[in-house]
Amino acid sequence: MVSPILELTNINKSFGHVHANKNINLTINKGTIHGIIGENGAGKSTLMSIVFGLYQANSGTIKVNGKKINLRSPKDSIINGIGMVHQHFMLVENFTVLENIILGFEGELVFGKNLEKAKKDLKDLCDTYKLNIDLNSTISDLSVGFRQRVEILKSLYRGAEILILDEPTGVLTPQEVDELFKILRSLKAEGKTIVLITHKLIEIMDLTSEVSVMRQGEMVGHTKTENTNKEQLAEMMVGRSVLLRLDKSEVKAGEVLFSVKNLTVKDDLDVTRVKNVDLEIRSGEILGLAGVTGNGQTELLEALSGIRKVESGEIYLEGKKVSDSQNFLDPRELKDKGLAHVPEDRQRMGLVTDFKAYENLIFGYHDQQPFSKSSVLNHRDIISHSKKIMEEYDVRPQSPNLITSNFSGGNQQKIILSRELNENPKVLLVGQPTRGVDIGAIEFIHQRLIDMRDRGAAILLVSVELDEVLSLSDRIVVMFDGKIVGEKDNKNVTDRELGLLMAGVV
Amino acid sequence: MAPVDKSKVPWWVSNLIVPLVNLTLALLVSGLFIFIAGENPYEAVRLIIYGSFGYIEGFAYTLYYTTNFVFTGLAFAVAFHCRLFNIGGEGQAYIGGLGVFLVAINFSFLPVPIVWLLSIVGAVVFGAAWAFIPAYLQATRGSHVVITTIMFNFIAASLMVFLLVDVIRDTAQMGPHTVALPKEQWFPSFKDFAGLFGIKIRYSPLNISFLLAIAASVFVWFLVWKTRWGYEMRAVGHNTQAAIYAGISPYKNVIIAMCISGGLAGLLGVNEILGVHHKIVAGFPAGYGFTGIAVALMGRNHPIGIFPAAFLFGILYQGGSEVTFDMPNITRYMFVAVQGVIILFSGALENLFRPQIESFFVNRLNIKASA
Repeated sequence: MVSPILELTNINKSFGHVHANKNINLTINKGTIHGIIGENGAGKSTLMSIVFGLYQANSGTIKVNGKKINLRSPKDSIINGIGMVHQHFMLVENFTVLENIILGFEGELVFGKNLEKAKKDLKDLCDTYKLNIDLNSTISDLSVGFRQRVEILKSLYRGAEILILDEPTGVLTPQEVDELFKILRSLKAEGKTIVLITHKLIEIMDLTSEVSVMRQGEMVGHTKTENTNKEQLAEMMVGRSVLLRLDKSEVKAGEVLFSVKNLTVKDDLDVTRVKNVDLEIRSGEILGLAGVTGNGQTELLEALSGIRKVESGEIYLEGKKVSDSQNFLDPRELKDKGLAHVPEDRQRMGLVTDFKAYENLIFGYHDQQPFSKSSVLNHRDIISHSKKIMEEYDVRPQSPNLITSNFSGGNQQKIILSRELNENPKVLLVGQPTRGVDIGAIEFIHQRLIDMRDRGAAILLVSVELDEVLSLSDRIVVMFDGKIVGEKDNKNVTDRELGLLMAGVV
Repeated sequence: MAPVDKSKVPWWVSNLIVPLVNLTLALLVSGLFIFIAGENPYEAVRLIIYGSFGYIEGFAYTLYYTTNFVFTGLAFAVAFHCRLFNIGGEGQAYIGGLGVFLVAINFSFLPVPIVWLLSIVGAVVFGAAWAFIPAYLQATRGSHVVITTIMFNFIAASLMVFLLVDVIRDTAQMGPHTVALPKEQWFPSFKDFAGLFGIKIRYSPLNISFLLAIAASVFVWFLVWKTRWGYEMRAVGHNTQAAIYAGISPYKNVIIAMCISGGLAGLLGVNEILGVHHKIVAGFPAGYGFTGIAVALMGRNHPIGIFPAAFLFGILYQGGSEVTFDMPNITRYMFVAVQGVIILFSGALENLFRPQIESFFVNRLNIKASA
């Protein structure tokens, strides 16, 4: 018997210019896995944050089990049986699993009876759902996949009947994804309700029984998953049909433009994160670097772009040595030599989000003509340049004076990309170019990268999205634990092979 | 209540109405203090207004205080755009004054306008030098400027006392101060100008440094928003990681921002030495450096806001002294408390009524728009 457990009626929510949720209606049935897909900026995370009590809706009603409820904070949601596993885990690293789970719910001043009961309850939960977690292990010792399970366990312990997962597979290896899906299925079998927010169509098809599609703040459709397919869902998301496969010409690789020899890099805590890496990128090719987050890609990119010091080894640009452990060029000098860098984390590194759009569009090039003459910024030229480039890259809204944080993630990414590609670099380092970016923009960004390649640029693409690496790259290398563990030609490789390499199994 | 759509709030609501409401509240609370102290608040307000606007010398005093607050307010604001809390304005102003005096006394053979120009340079260089040490320590060692600048205030005070007692004291006098500068070097005062037009007024400390304060405000606006340096400073202040990515050196910018900040604070020495005392008097910065922090915060670190905020504090200083003169129950410290209340309402409690006020106006405007 199908009964709705969660009903949203006419939910509205605005931030600044953005009407993030417009008259959203959504019904989620008990004991189902319900997928919510949509482009980034479509408003899915906002909607779920409203359900979890992180934001308050401007209008609309929320019913749980037919009863109208008022959610003012996550605490209200927890009381009503709603739990959420965020994209970024909310765990105290140096606490044990047990300590993390009872945090805020200790219930007594001196641990005693309650703690024992909690332990027992948690053990039972672990057994029921085959979570396989050791309650006494410290979070910092656990892999990402296990940390996610701790988050799930935490929600269950707090009595969640509805579990919301926000892009849960973004940080997992393919094998970990399989494990997660098993857990989700067993949760469903025990009668829990799961809401899965994702932009990966394949997960929707695999896992869900019903799916809702959001576009530009509106709910554009609900359907049973068995009655639809990937192409149809993609079309609903962007409002037009999209090419999931890229049209790409044969690779015409030329001379080596960028190479790395025996490179070793340490992170801020003096831990060696990149170990004796060799790379060669030729003119006119895209080299894909696959790997699970945290296996040294970040440090590698930072070293290559001049942000991080090289511990040992050498970096060559057009055959000339630009960095070793003694001498290295800073990011600006590398830019002058034709190396552009789209950083992995746009808000932490690629942009000053408090700046106006036009200020970010010249960021890193602000000391060049015509943007500045004898240290005075030339506003008229900067604004006209910004307008031109925003039109060319379809940055929306096209207002150079808008503060950057008011743009959606995809448009922020376009701001960075337009800035870096506009200079026609010889070598382009790209980190996670489409992380958190909607499908329409992904297509656009991918096409731009291909254009760059066809014009003879050497591109290094670092991405955790296997699909992206597979569809863009000409050659693929896999990084695991700081080392390059394999190199494959894109023509004869399967995602399973890459997945095993990424997991360090082979 | 739901947060307001910021883009729909007219600029005059957030930048004029909200500060005015906060200020009014602060004055109401201050009135309560005065009432409790056994005096009539209305009478106190009348005295403040009379004292600061009512007669020409009083108004000149108000503008003289304003001058000092503009310098120290701008000083704090420049560093703040690089996310540095320079609370060492007091010490930087003190040392800046030393620079003014040393230049003026040693170059007295040069034509007076050149001496003035060099003295201003001296103030900036000395003030900047005093800010440079904490800046360098922050940039290379990560020693927090809040700690170091406040310690440097004490060091500056001790150093100046030592100099004024043992090194540069006017040996013909008992007090800890230097000899006076030659009279022709003194800045023309407001009294002199009034005299030119045949208006006779009594003494007031207002002098042409006021014009320097206006020039400094324009300079800061231009520097922060129109130059590459300001751009880089703000980039470092808002997102250091991104600045490094863009090839902007946080190290260099921390030092530049602090030195410009210290230089601006040093300009207070120009007003005090060339314009008022004509010699170094122990303790001449008299807390202006600290009040400048409040001025900058109230003025939202923008010259257009700092100027009126400095003027407001000028009114309070001048009007306040009028009140303490006429009302025996109100002491000088009472007005320090009033300042404190204003800082509290326009700084710490700034967002207390902002959402309500903004949504009130947004709703009113929407009704009007749809009607």
